[in-house]
Amino acid sequence: MTDRSSPDREVAPVGEFTLDYAPAPESTAPVRLASQHGLYVGGEMVEPAAGRLVPTINPATGEALAEVSVADAADVDRAVAAARAAWEGGWRDLPGAERAKYLYRVARLLQERAREFAVLETMDGGKPIRESRDLDIPLAAAHFFHYAGWADKLDYAFSGRRAAPLGVAAQVIPWNFPLLMAAWKLAPALACGNTVVLKPAPTTPLTALLLAEVLRDAELPPGVVNIITGDDATGAALVSHPGVDKVAFTGSTEVGRAIGADVAGTGKRLTLELGGKAANIVFEDAALDQVTEGIVNGIYFNGGQVCCAGSRLLVQETVVDTVVGKLQRRMDTLRVGDPLDKNTDIGAINSQAQLARIAELVASGVAEGAELYTPQCVLPERGFFHPPALFTKVSTAHRIAQEEIFGPVLSVLTFRTAEEAVAKANNTPYGLSAGIWTEKGSRILWMADRMQAGVVWANTFNRFDPASPFGGYRESGHGREGGRAGLLPYVELVV
Amino acid sequence: MTDLLAVDSPVGAADAVAGVRITPVDAVGLEQRAALLCARSIKASSKGAALDLAIRVMDLTTLEGADTPGRVHALCARARRPDAADWSVPSVAAVCVYPELVSVAAEALADSPVAVASVAGGFPAGLAPLEARLAEVSWAVAAGADEVDIVLNRSAFLSGRYQRAYDEIAAAKQACGSAHLKVILETGELGSYDQIRRASMLAMVAGADFIKTSTGKISTSATPATALCMAEAIRDMAEQTGRAVGLKLAGGIRTAKQAWHYLVIVGETLGSGWLTPERFRLGASSLLNDVLMQRAKLRDGRYQRREDFSVD
Repeated sequence: MTDRSSPDREVAPVGEFTLDYAPAPESTAPVRLASQHGLYVGGEMVEPAAGRLVPTINPATGEALAEVSVADAADVDRAVAAARAAWEGGWRDLPGAERAKYLYRVARLLQERAREFAVLETMDGGKPIRESRDLDIPLAAAHFFHYAGWADKLDYAFSGRRAAPLGVAAQVIPWNFPLLMAAWKLAPALACGNTVVLKPAPTTPLTALLLAEVLRDAELPPGVVNIITGDDATGAALVSHPGVDKVAFTGSTEVGRAIGADVAGTGKRLTLELGGKAANIVFEDAALDQVTEGIVNGIYFNGGQVCCAGSRLLVQETVVDTVVGKLQRRMDTLRVGDPLDKNTDIGAINSQAQLARIAELVASGVAEGAELYTPQCVLPERGFFHPPALFTKVSTAHRIAQEEIFGPVLSVLTFRTAEEAVAKANNTPYGLSAGIWTEKGSRILWMADRMQAGVVWANTFNRFDPASPFGGYRESGHGREGGRAGLLPYVELVV
Repeated sequence: MTDLLAVDSPVGAADAVAGVRITPVDAVGLEQRAALLCARSIKASSKGAALDLAIRVMDLTTLEGADTPGRVHALCARARRPDAADWSVPSVAAVCVYPELVSVAAEALADSPVAVASVAGGFPAGLAPLEARLAEVSWAVAAGADEVDIVLNRSAFLSGRYQRAYDEIAAAKQACGSAHLKVILETGELGSYDQIRRASMLAMVAGADFIKTSTGKISTSATPATALCMAEAIRDMAEQTGRAVGLKLAGGIRTAKQAWHYLVIVGETLGSGWLTPERFRLGASSLLNDVLMQRAKLRDGRYQRREDFSVD
């Protein structure tokens, strides 16, 4: 800097400075959690028929948060009957504008209680508070707002045809975006005049139960929405119930296949949103620093527990070293830990079982000869945590390149030409999402045309909007959620 | 001299300056990342060190037509000891003045660790004849400047005469001799992050020891996204050539909170190695008092009155 570096007694000694972030835990004060929870049926909380309760765990600590009911076949019967009664008792005949009022009310109540919902979502599911606060809850409210807007415009949504409701919808949702998935399912179903029995995932029932409070406060007529917690058997009983007209499921491809077989021939309408193994494709001309952020957001968002996660990184061979270098460097700065901390980038894995599955697949990658990189990071002593992981030297035949891991694990593959990128990207039984990174607009369009995926992001990843349809090809399911297309699964079009 | 437009990278890839590859920038992604970094929370124990660092990297600046020897003297006194009541407050990095006042500052700062920086080279437009600009640089150095802040020739740069812009910076670097050269890009006039990145690479390859955002003379100055964009360019330069270039952010930085945001952006993008006065500067005229106020609050647990801090 300067030659005049003679020691100056006036000046205090200076040390090396390193960035040190505060633990900035979000307060859990807004959440008042009952120790036991019943089922929301016919507009009130009821005891389960068999009286069975199971704990729901905070994955960041391993401790039980509360006990929730396990609904059995009798409870399912009761919930479906309540939904049927509500449908026939007036919901199906209510003018769209009246249904819209309820949906707007729900959306506003969600916004008012956003902090409470965000904290509870993070406590029950382990996702970083930054995500539940900035994405899950606001987007859930946005879905209710969006479909409230459609409720009185259904006559104009499908030209020349009238959209009639189907009846009772059975909706089974996953644990990765508990409240958001409930919103994705409920909002279009209600807007179209259906009634619902919703079953949240076994590990994340709490925000759905809190939503029941909101529905009651919104004075939604009893039975229009029923929320029953439980296990896989509960879900199976619900989707196979003969009183159900429509089944909507988001979750694993394995379960989706079983539901498909079960529903076949019954006349029930079915939509499935299943697994994915998305390709995130990086061309050499892309904005590589933003690509790095996009890759991180694509695979480490919600700890990679996202069906549309960009878990297969396809990089043009000319820039693979640069991209991997940038990525590893960026991974070193990812903060893994307490999901309630506002500085945390990667929170807890949702359950012990999921953590075990991720660990098993990571071990298989190492065993099959791929090269594993994980940054030096100290994981909390308790709870279910997995460091961000990156595999290079991956072949398309490896399990980590084929199977959905549903965790913070990225596999890097390379390509030489755009044709090869297309071939490799589509070389999967799934087809939910894809990412394309290039500064060349014509190439984006050329690639997007050829991607066999329901959602294609260009120069971004994991962006969601209620107006934009979301859904898959092939083993990623069928049917769309969001936008006008998201109305179709919940209506019968009549001339 | 290498041809600036030579593409020394794969076919179809982004362009390059003298073989150093220039990567495009995606504005949406860049601004998202910058916003996320500005939302980091600070540890209380680290806050004090951060405030001290903000002082240690500060270029205390006065660039007014009305600057007088008296004003520069006062500024230099503050630069040496920012808080007369608290000797634990470190000195700032440099005092930045017009060439005419360099000798005043150099005398006032003799035997202190505070460097003298001078703007030169036809600041702030940079459109004086090249000979005059280079003469001004040499003159400032001869008068005692340790560091010289020149401006990028935006007229040449924005009309695509990159070679010209490059040659001028290289010539200024020569004229600087052993003094450090900071090149002001005036990012508010460049029109896009792509251009900021390109200008950053061009200035660094041409020999800049620091790249700097703004003159402070136009309304758009340093922003978090601009800082991130330039920090990423510096990181790229270091990765590709092994040369560590410094970053100076200037214009519109008035609060300790803003300073902290910039420390986070630089620290997370370039690493702690950049969080020293040798590689990072904050150019400011009114930031110091806010930092001192926050520092006193941290020390005493309460805010002092504005009147407790000197006006320069």
